[in-house]
Amino acid sequence: MIDSTVVELSRIQFASTALYHFLFVPLTLGLSFILATMETIYVTTGKTIYKEMAQFWGKLFLINFAIGVATGLTMEFEFGTNWSFYSSFVGDIFGAPLAIEGLMAFFMESTFVGIMVFGWDRLKRGQHLAVTYLVALGSNLSALWILIANSFMQDPQGARFNPHTMRMELSSFTDLIFSPDAQAKFVHTSIAGYVTAAIFVCGISAFYLLRKRHVELANRSFRVAAVFGVLATLGVITLGDALGFVGGHAQPTKLAAMEALWKSEKGPMPFSVVAFPSQKEQKNYAEIQVPYALSLLVTHTLDGSVPGADQLEAEAAQRIRNGIPAVKALQALSRDPGDQSALATFRAHQKDLGYGFLVQGFQKDLDKVTDADIQAAARYSMPPVWPVFWSFRVMVAAGFTMLAFFVLAMIFSLQNSVDKRRWFLKIALWMIPVPFIANEVGWLVAELGRQPWTVFGVLPTWMSASTHSVAYMVFSLAGFVLIYSSFIVVEMFLMVRAIRQGPDEPHGPAAPALSTSHAEA
Amino acid sequence: MDIYLTLKVIWWLLLGVLLIGLAVMVGMDMGVGTILRYVGRNDLERRVAMNIIGPHWDGNQVWFILGGGAVFAAFPLIYATAFSGLYVVMLVLLWSMIVRPLGFEYRSKLASSGWRNVWDWSLFVSGFVPMLVFGAAIGNLLQGVPFHFSWNLTSYYTGSFLALFNPFAILCGLLSVAMSVLMGSLTLMNKSEGAMWQRAQRLALMAAGLAVVLFAIGGFWVHALEGYRLVGGPAGGMAQTPLQQTVQRSAGAWLDNYAVHPLLWLVPALGFAGMIGAALAARAGRSFFGWWLGAAGWAGMIGSVGAAMFPFMMPSSSNPSQSLTLWNAVSSQGTLTWMLGFALVFVPLVVWYTSWAFYVMRGKVRPEQIAHDEHAY
Ligand code: HDD
Ligand code: HEM
Ligand code: HEM
Repeated sequence: MIDSTVVELSRIQFASTALYHFLFVPLTLGLSFILATMETIYVTTGKTIYKEMAQFWGKLFLINFAIGVATGLTMEFEFGTNWSFYSSFVGDIFGAPLAIEGLMAFFMESTFVGIMVFGWDRLKRGQHLAVTYLVALGSNLSALWILIANSFMQDPQGARFNPHTMRMELSSFTDLIFSPDAQAKFVHTSIAGYVTAAIFVCGISAFYLLRKRHVELANRSFRVAAVFGVLATLGVITLGDALGFVGGHAQPTKLAAMEALWKSEKGPMPFSVVAFPSQKEQKNYAEIQVPYALSLLVTHTLDGSVPGADQLEAEAAQRIRNGIPAVKALQALSRDPGDQSALATFRAHQKDLGYGFLVQGFQKDLDKVTDADIQAAARYSMPPVWPVFWSFRVMVAAGFTMLAFFVLAMIFSLQNSVDKRRWFLKIALWMIPVPFIANEVGWLVAELGRQPWTVFGVLPTWMSASTHSVAYMVFSLAGFVLIYSSFIVVEMFLMVRAIRQGPDEPHGPAAPALSTSHAEA
Repeated sequence: MDIYLTLKVIWWLLLGVLLIGLAVMVGMDMGVGTILRYVGRNDLERRVAMNIIGPHWDGNQVWFILGGGAVFAAFPLIYATAFSGLYVVMLVLLWSMIVRPLGFEYRSKLASSGWRNVWDWSLFVSGFVPMLVFGAAIGNLLQGVPFHFSWNLTSYYTGSFLALFNPFAILCGLLSVAMSVLMGSLTLMNKSEGAMWQRAQRLALMAAGLAVVLFAIGGFWVHALEGYRLVGGPAGGMAQTPLQQTVQRSAGAWLDNYAVHPLLWLVPALGFAGMIGAALAARAGRSFFGWWLGAAGWAGMIGSVGAAMFPFMMPSSSNPSQSLTLWNAVSSQGTLTWMLGFALVFVPLVVWYTSWAFYVMRGKVRPEQIAHDEHAY
């Protein structure tokens, strides 16, 4: 059995490296399309200002991209290094989208990004534009495949357990990739990236407008981003709703946590805008509720009902009892693969195998499991409620705030009056962190809400980790903290410096490399 | 059943192709990183060297990423056991490698020599260390790694970290560094002129010489090394776990395959021929030709290890019967089939557009160009 400290440390390490990677990912996803849009306008209208725009934003894109690539490398190997049981248990299914991501997306994005940077003078306009689109397409394809992989953990479609190889195996590739959760997740997450980039471009353009520098370029960038932003935010909100709808059916425990639902009730159910959930007492303090809203949001009807923690806990206890014989049969099969009666028992209880594993976290020896163990394990099957509840509310609030912002931004920009409204420009500047926060808390909802499972209902988190010593984990965590902290300092420094320098600052003798403000006119 | 067997072997071969791609493409960029401070005596020269691989290093690095992804998809037990067992080594590899993207993108952004020196050294570390670890890892696979499984295939690694840096592993590590320096030097010769070209040529000759010697020593060493021999277990085409076979260890067992199929000796011969050919080509100033010969040398080297170990992939030194082979570590038939489909479509596509990218960036990189070109690193 794996030391629980090791599991905790592995979780902290994975969560922090993933959240860190995802600080840079959304900007890559969105900015690549904004660059392509700007360059398209340049190629179709021939206005060189749009080329300058593409090159200037391209410079910021690259500073961000480098660190996205660096931190992505960590992610690619971390499943094997830190979640080795997970990797061998579901690698047959989970590895495939990861490999396809490399083959189909990373090669495309990374090969063409080099040509995008170095190819301005070597390619015809149309060719360069195509290259820019391929970079954008590549990065979005990478999001598609990694989110298919992640969706498998949320809602394991297209897989079944093979007792002969002791692991989950692919049963239907199409079920895997067309899982509704994967589709909703991909659209929600990639559009969240477009929102992020739109806010980023608006905010930095506002900075120039406030200082009355590069006014022409900033005004135009602001407009492109504002239009892009309105559409994207509408998309994110619609798809967020779809994601809640799909996800709520696949993972009722996550939904109960998102809404802090302790008791099951008959519909119509109210939606808690504010609440202070207590996991120990299984109740909320200081709730503020909107009647009917929950039924409407989750079931898309007025009087649908949503199961609460009490009901889910009872179901979990039932599944645990049913899962125990499955694990025992599996142990017998491991000793003797030809044992037919064990195989029959296994088949009969197979669907609750994961729940049998879950209780082993409380009592290793399944012959000694007591009712108290089962109750404890059933209670443990609810994710931590308050962080999920609040993360979700922060994300939604951020979404509506940004929608309001973009609507105003578009109106003002089309009226050509943004640069006169300094208060609005200041707001634009202050909006920059908002999408980044929304992205991070969005992942917290998705991943914390999945606990205590790595693969929902199939594989408990505590089993998934590698069998390292605490010392190893402390060492690696310390290393990551050290390296990643210095990375962010360097990145922020260069980013701020490049922004301050702006598009057409004269270049000194040691011309900053990769400067993309190519003087053509 | 036979289909499954064939698929297993195909994926084993494809993994070999990937490893060769990784060694050649990533190795060449890392070689340039390793020798950056030697071939480039001043800032401008170093920038020339960096800009030679500048447009391509990121695409090339995907060979490495895909290596990880493909092992995960096709051999999940290897991915799980190797990466967690060799934890500290993997971290050293990773930490040295993740500095590289920043080194390329950030180095020339500031006109301060202190700043640039730091990044130059980072590029050295992130070129030298990963190649050393890559070779050392292969060396350790040849010797076997101490790990075992529990009933449900949870893997436990029981060795120490320092044991991974034993003499044989270091020999393999240095061989891999030498090959990467060879490929890096040939790349620089292809695209530079003058003094840098001459320094690169000198390095190419030295690296090729060293590689030949190390490969020869390694070859003799393998005769004495305890190899592994599969003496019983389910047929290759069957679905199985590593708990069901019997394996013996004995000195020289890694030469069994060569004894049975003497034609296999052509593979190490290709290794030697490639390295020697690359050296001769470098001496004659034919670096383009030399680069391809060097790549053939890599293929021969990696192929020799594969031929020796087949069907083993990761033998266990502490519990040999639980060794991982391509029969028991592989994915299911469905996964292998789908993945093969994707590989057949996308590998040629990737090769095609990578070649196009090299074609677009053809020609020598000149210092004057960099001093003026604002897109340069
Ligand atoms: C929704 C999108 C998304 C998500 C959830 C992840 N990534 Fe990522 N990843 C990207 C979207 C992305 C990207 C946009 O394609 C990046 C970001 C910056 C970049 O350069 O490409 C990238 C880069 C990137 C790279 C470097 C690729 C290159 O050299 O071009 C690797 C190896 C990974 N990622 C691997 C992972 C793994 C194993 C993840 C799972 C934990 C993961 N990423 C989560
Ligand atoms: C980049 C975006 C992502 C972020 C920000 C993120 C965030 C997190 C967080 C916060 C946790 C910790 C949950 C906990 O242990 O309490 C976690 C765990 C985990 N996530 Fe994600 N995640 C991301 C993407 C992914 C993807 C795409 C996958 C799989 C393809 C994935 C797989 C996992 C695994 C294996 C764990 C560890 C097991 C666990 O603790 O549940 N994550 N992630
Ligand atoms: C009203 C607005 C929104 C709603 C209703 C919504 C809904 C959701 C839901 C239900 C999830 C959890 C998915 C799961 O079941 O695992 C989620 C995840 C997420 N959200 Fe949102 N969201 C909204 C706005 C936003 C905004 C504005 C952003 C960022 C700009 C964002 C970024 C994310 C991310 C990155 C994730 C994690 C990845 C994923 O599960 O797709 N969301 N969202």
